[in-house]
Amino acid sequence: MTLSTKFLGATAVLALTAGAASADPAVLFDLGGKFDKSFNESAYNGAERWAEEAGTSYADVEIQSDAQREQAIRRFAESGANPIVMAGFSWATALNDVAQDYPDTKFQIIDGVVEQPNVRSVLFAEEQGSYLVGVAAAMASESDTVGFIGGMDIPLIRNFACGYAQGVLSVNPDATVVANMTGTTPAAWNDPVKGSELTLAQIDQGADVVYAAAGGTGVGVLQTAADEDILSIGVDSNQNYMHPGEVLTSMLKRVDNAVYDALTAGTDLETGIHVMDLSNDGVGYALDENNAELITEDMQAALEDAKQQIIDGEVTVVNYNTEETCPALDF
Amino acid sequence: MDAMPKWAEVTLVPLISLLLAAILSALVILAIGENPWAAVKLMVSGALGSTYGWGYTLYYATNFIFTGLAVSIAFQARMFNIGGEGQALVGGLGVALVLLYLPFPHWTIALIASAAGAALFGAAWAFIPAILQAKRGSHIVITTIMFNFIAASLLNYMLVGPIKAPGQEPATSKFPATTQLPSFQDMFSTADTVLFRGAPANVTFFVGIAACFALWLLIWRTRLGYELRAFGHSESAAKYAGISPTKIIVVSMLISGGLAGMMAINNVQGEAERLVLNAVEGAGFIGIAVALMGRSHPVGVFIAALLFGFLYQGGAELALWTSIPRELIVVIQALVILFTGALDNMVRMPLEKVFLSMRRPPKPDRKSTTARAAE
Repeated sequence: MTLSTKFLGATAVLALTAGAASADPAVLFDLGGKFDKSFNESAYNGAERWAEEAGTSYADVEIQSDAQREQAIRRFAESGANPIVMAGFSWATALNDVAQDYPDTKFQIIDGVVEQPNVRSVLFAEEQGSYLVGVAAAMASESDTVGFIGGMDIPLIRNFACGYAQGVLSVNPDATVVANMTGTTPAAWNDPVKGSELTLAQIDQGADVVYAAAGGTGVGVLQTAADEDILSIGVDSNQNYMHPGEVLTSMLKRVDNAVYDALTAGTDLETGIHVMDLSNDGVGYALDENNAELITEDMQAALEDAKQQIIDGEVTVVNYNTEETCPALDF
Repeated sequence: MDAMPKWAEVTLVPLISLLLAAILSALVILAIGENPWAAVKLMVSGALGSTYGWGYTLYYATNFIFTGLAVSIAFQARMFNIGGEGQALVGGLGVALVLLYLPFPHWTIALIASAAGAALFGAAWAFIPAILQAKRGSHIVITTIMFNFIAASLLNYMLVGPIKAPGQEPATSKFPATTQLPSFQDMFSTADTVLFRGAPANVTFFVGIAACFALWLLIWRTRLGYELRAFGHSESAAKYAGISPTKIIVVSMLISGGLAGMMAINNVQGEAERLVLNAVEGAGFIGIAVALMGRSHPVGVFIAALLFGFLYQGGAELALWTSIPRELIVVIQALVILFTGALDNMVRMPLEKVFLSMRRPPKPDRKSTTARAAE
C-alpha cells in the first residue's frame, strides 16, 4: 500500500498469479459502481441471478477511471474469461480496440455499439418505455403539468426525457412537461437531496406527476413525491414497492435480462446488434399490486394500445440518440 | 526553529506517516476477511512487477506531477489553489480545440501547440479567481472550488452540444493520427520484446519531469520565484520591499492554472486521444495531497506523484483480482492522504520532541561552563 511496503516488495516482486479461475465469465461495471441503485445494479442483479441458478461464479470489476477500461477488458480476456459482459456506452472505444486482439473471446456491450465479429451490442429502446410512462403520466395528471428529473445531462438521459414528453403530448397536446437535469458531473447520479429539491421546484410549477431517470438521485425524487402526495414514476427496475400507492409505475429497462441472457448463452453468445424494445419486453412499464389502484382500466387499455401501436410501427417514437433533437422538448 | 535535521524532516516524517497508513489499511483489509499481505504483494507486483504495470503507474504519476506542481507553485505564495480539477478540465478543452481544428504534420509540433493550448486555457480558468482574490479579496479557496463546478458544466455543455462527435457518447471525435503522442510501448519496445504493452504512459512523462525542473529553477533561481516566496512568508514584508501583491497573486495562479491545464496533454492527448466527460477524474484533488506530501518542492512532488501512481495502479489490480470492494480501495488511498497530509503534525511533533531530547544534553553543559567562567 505504501512506500515502505513498496521497498519491501521490490525485492520479492514478480510471480503472483492472481486468482480468477479461467473460463469463468466476467462482468465489468461502469464508473457508477455495481450498487448504484440503477443501471449497474440492474446488471449486477442479472449476473447474481445467473450465478445462483447456474451454481457457479463470475469475475467482476468496478473500474475507478477511464484509463482502466482497456486494462480491465484486456486482463480478463487474457485470463481466459469468456464471455465478457460490460455495462455502459463508455466501454465502446476500448472494446473496439481490444476485441480485435482476442477473436476467440465473446464480448457483450450494453448501451453501446461495437462493430466487431465477436461482439454483441445490446441497445435498449428507452424512448419507447418512456413514451408509455409518459402516456400514463398525462392520464394521471390533473394539473396538466408533469415533471421529468434526469441524472447527468447526457444524450442517453435526454432520450428518456424526449420519449416521455412525446408520450405525454400524444395524450394531451396542451400539457406542460417540466424537465430538469440534476447536474453535469457523475455526482448527479447519486444526489437524492438535490433530487428532492428539484421535485419541490417542479411541484411549485404545478407538476403532479414526476418521472425520475436519475439513478440514486431518484430515491429522493420518489420520497419527496410521496411526502408531498403527488405521483412519481420509477426507472430501470420496478420501484413501485418503494412507496406503495404513490408510485404511478416504473419504466422498466431490463439490463438484468441482457446480462443474464449473455451469461446463460456463455460462449455460444450470438453476436451483432441486438435491440431490446417493447416487442421483446426489453423495456416496458411495471404493473403490480403496489400500483394496481393507480393504473385505471382506461389507463391500462391506453397503455396496451400505445404499446401495440409502437410495436406495429403505427406510432414512431423519435430516438434522441439518432436524431439529436427532440420534437416534444427543448433542452 | 529547526527542531530536527533536514534529512529527518523530508524522509522520516512521510515514511512514518505512510507506515501508519499501511498498518491501518492492513487492519481494514483484515477486518473484511482478506489477507493484507497478499493484497500488498498483488499491489506491488501489479504496479511495479512488469513494464506493463509501470506503464500505468507512470501514466497516473504524470497526471499527479502536473496537478501537484500546480498546487505547489500557488502554495509558495500561500495561495491554496483547490481548482486544479477545473483547470485541468478546461485545459482538456484547450487541447481538444487545438487538435481538432488545426492541422498538424507531426506529433512534436502538435505537442507544443496542445501544451500551449492546455496551459493557456488552464491559466485563463485560474485568472478569474486570482483577480477576484487580488482586487476584491474573494477567498481563493472558495472561488477556485466553485470554478470546478463551472468547468464541469462548461465541459458538459460543450460535449453534449457543440463539439460532440456523432453518436450516443458525450465525447469529441478522435484526434487525427498525426497528433497521437508516442507511448512508452512505441518508444522502448524493440522488434523482439514488447515493453509497456498497451499501457497508457507516454512522452508526456518527460514533459512532466521537465516541468519539475523548470519549476525548481523558477522558484529558487529567479527574481520572480524569490518574490513569490517572500510574499508567501509575509505579505506585509513583501509589500514593504516593493513587491506588488496583485502581481504575485495573479502570476502565481496563472502558472498554477497553466500547469494543471497541462495535465490534459497526458490524459486527453496521450491516453484517450479524444476529450471525454469527466476526463480529470479527481487528479486535481489528488494534486493537493501530492503537493502536501511533497512539501511543495518539485522533487518531493515527483516522488509523491510516483507513490500515488502506484496506489492507483495497485488499487486497480486489487479491484481486478480480489473481492476487495472498490470503496475500500478508496479508503486505503484516503488513509494515505489523511496521514501524509492532514495528520502531518501527529507524526511531526513527537518526532521533534525525540530529536530535541537527543540534542539537549550538550547545550546546557556548554552554557554552564561559560557561565561559570564569566563568574
